[in-house]
Amino acid sequence: MTAKLSEIKNGNCATVTSIVDSSIRLKMMEMGLLPGKAVTVLFRAPLGDPIAIDVNGFILSLRLDEASLILVEEPSLAIA
Amino acid sequence: MKIALLGNPNTGKSSVFNLITGLRQQVGNFPGVTVEKKTGTLQIDGNTHTLIDFPGTYSLYPRSKDEQVVYSVLSDENADDYPEVVVVVVDQSNLERNLFLFSQIYDLGLPTILVLNMTDLAQRNGLSVDTDKLKSFFPAAHIVSTNARVGMGKERLMTAIADMAQAVPERRTPIPLCPIDDVTCQEQEAATRYTFLHQVIDSSLSRIDHEKKAAVSSLDRLFVHPIFGYIIFAAILFIVFQFIFAFAVIPMDLIDTGFAEFAGWLSLSMPNGVFSDLICQGIIPGIGGVLVFVPQIALLFFFISILEETGYLSRVVFIMDRLMRPLGLNGKSIVPLMSSVACAIPGVMATRTIADWKERMITILVAPLMSCSARIPVYTLLIALVIPKTTILGIFNLQGLVLFGLYTLGLVAALLVAVILKIILKSRDKGFLMLELPSFKSPRWGNVGITVWEKVKVFIFDAGKVILAISILLWALATYGPSESMKKNIALAKKESKELHLSEAETNQRVASAKMESSYIGHLGHFIEPVIKPLGYDWKIGISLITSFAAREVFVGSLSTIYSVNETDNVNKRLIDKMRDEKRANGSKVYTLAAGASLMVFYVFAMQCMATLAVVKRETNSWKWPLIQIGFMGALAYFGALITFNLLS
Repeated sequence: MTAKLSEIKNGNCATVTSIVDSSIRLKMMEMGLLPGKAVTVLFRAPLGDPIAIDVNGFILSLRLDEASLILVEEPSLAIA
Repeated sequence: MKIALLGNPNTGKSSVFNLITGLRQQVGNFPGVTVEKKTGTLQIDGNTHTLIDFPGTYSLYPRSKDEQVVYSVLSDENADDYPEVVVVVVDQSNLERNLFLFSQIYDLGLPTILVLNMTDLAQRNGLSVDTDKLKSFFPAAHIVSTNARVGMGKERLMTAIADMAQAVPERRTPIPLCPIDDVTCQEQEAATRYTFLHQVIDSSLSRIDHEKKAAVSSLDRLFVHPIFGYIIFAAILFIVFQFIFAFAVIPMDLIDTGFAEFAGWLSLSMPNGVFSDLICQGIIPGIGGVLVFVPQIALLFFFISILEETGYLSRVVFIMDRLMRPLGLNGKSIVPLMSSVACAIPGVMATRTIADWKERMITILVAPLMSCSARIPVYTLLIALVIPKTTILGIFNLQGLVLFGLYTLGLVAALLVAVILKIILKSRDKGFLMLELPSFKSPRWGNVGITVWEKVKVFIFDAGKVILAISILLWALATYGPSESMKKNIALAKKESKELHLSEAETNQRVASAKMESSYIGHLGHFIEPVIKPLGYDWKIGISLITSFAAREVFVGSLSTIYSVNETDNVNKRLIDKMRDEKRANGSKVYTLAAGASLMVFYVFAMQCMATLAVVKRETNSWKWPLIQIGFMGALAYFGALITFNLLS
């Protein structure tokens, strides 16, 4: 199921499929956010923005509008 | 030999820097830009090597002005700071992303030392690095592992540098970087590089605990909690300010009285004359005026660097970002704004961490609107003078309420101005946050100490020069005047004192008052009287406004001189009595409620602090921004006071 990273619920894992062309795409790629990378949404700031995700063992925070540029594939529910 | 130190943020790069250079460090700027450059020296086998600490960065392609230095120096062999050897510090617990920058630097072909730092953290996370395998991918690199936080690996690193110094390896053929504005090329490079790094990681990194899932630490649960997160932050702020207000006062008073006594002693032991006056009344108090800020700056940066070292500060940024954004500010603006409640100087200095130019400028411009501690003496004097000591609704002390109101007024003004600046200022790029939340660690006291020392040094030597120059100028203006009228006024004051049979001390005060009135500043006070009259002020207040441009608290001292209040007595009380009795030519009171309130509002808004201006000039590298600041704050102060005066009279 394709979604934006900003829509993934806390605690859920998702795999990056692509990043919308934008001025910060390069910076996201340099941080390791490339197609095929599995990330986990860890927690959100009190107003739901920004969000904190796990990329390979480090925590990266992204504003919601930044996270919405990242398209992800969420694994189906069966895998726990 | 010139050595460049590079690495991602939060890799312990500064620990490595401190480890091998100790206190032999200097802070300066990279040529042509206001990016801080730390240089340290190290001695190996009698040879001195220079280590240059570059800003922490995730990639050679810059995302902020700070990071641009790395690209411009490393891509230009003729740059002043172009290194002969590069040391790259990486966090072993986060190898893949760290190796990204390392492999970019490795490809430049310079002799490279790879420092695998944070061995302890990697072990705790069940990670171990096979250095031989790693070396097979980067055959020309020296690999050293360290744990700089506890001082482990210093010898190994020193030996590696010594080896390189003995026989500097040949430069390999560089793989050229992408042009700085060719994003497509850079994106392709990033993708290729990560594909390669996957192989590197697969073969050289082993995970003992394979199933270890990313979990939210309990500390994070607490710190970003919608209720407890803010409570904890508020509590930490409260404690920090308690410390600053309780403890900074002690050394500040010592510096104040120490310098005053020293100047007094020196003036007695030096022959009278212009030179002695310049030293005892101009230079020494000027230096004292610089040093008096040091305790607050040091304490504030002590706390800020602890919060930063532990990783807590990035959580504050995380929970505040959404609240600050509508104001054109950034989560990172919170520290400078809070610091400014103690003193705007460290506040402005703390904006360095804001990568986005526009958000940083807005933060710098509005920070001095937060009511700092130098306004307290002014507020308390004026409140005691014109606000009755009554209670409202049985519980609220009116004087306390007014004080609270003044702080709120400053805060609201800061936020409103921020919103306006957000609309006016043209941004070069869209602001973004994308911030790493580093793992929690206990602070390294050595690093904390060095940070405090650096901030204090920068303040004293950079801002100090401007402050000293302006204090001497103000002193000269307050001491000298058109000689005829000055002589006449002094003689008159002496004659009057004699007729009134005043004591010697009282006579001296009268003479000092007469001197100030007939000095250039006195004339300036008269000169600006028509301008400040609509605000309810007379020329005496005008004098105090001018002199307190040095620092707001000087307002009280100037009024004491003008009203010839003996400083050894309970100054505030006697000054208040004198001010209460002060009448205009038509017999009406000078310090009415309207005039007092108008003065309070004036001090909430006005940029009456040359030290802050000097720091803003230093941080923005031009006089443009401090001048804009003094302009809009002056306008706010003038019209705010005008409105207040007219509403209340």
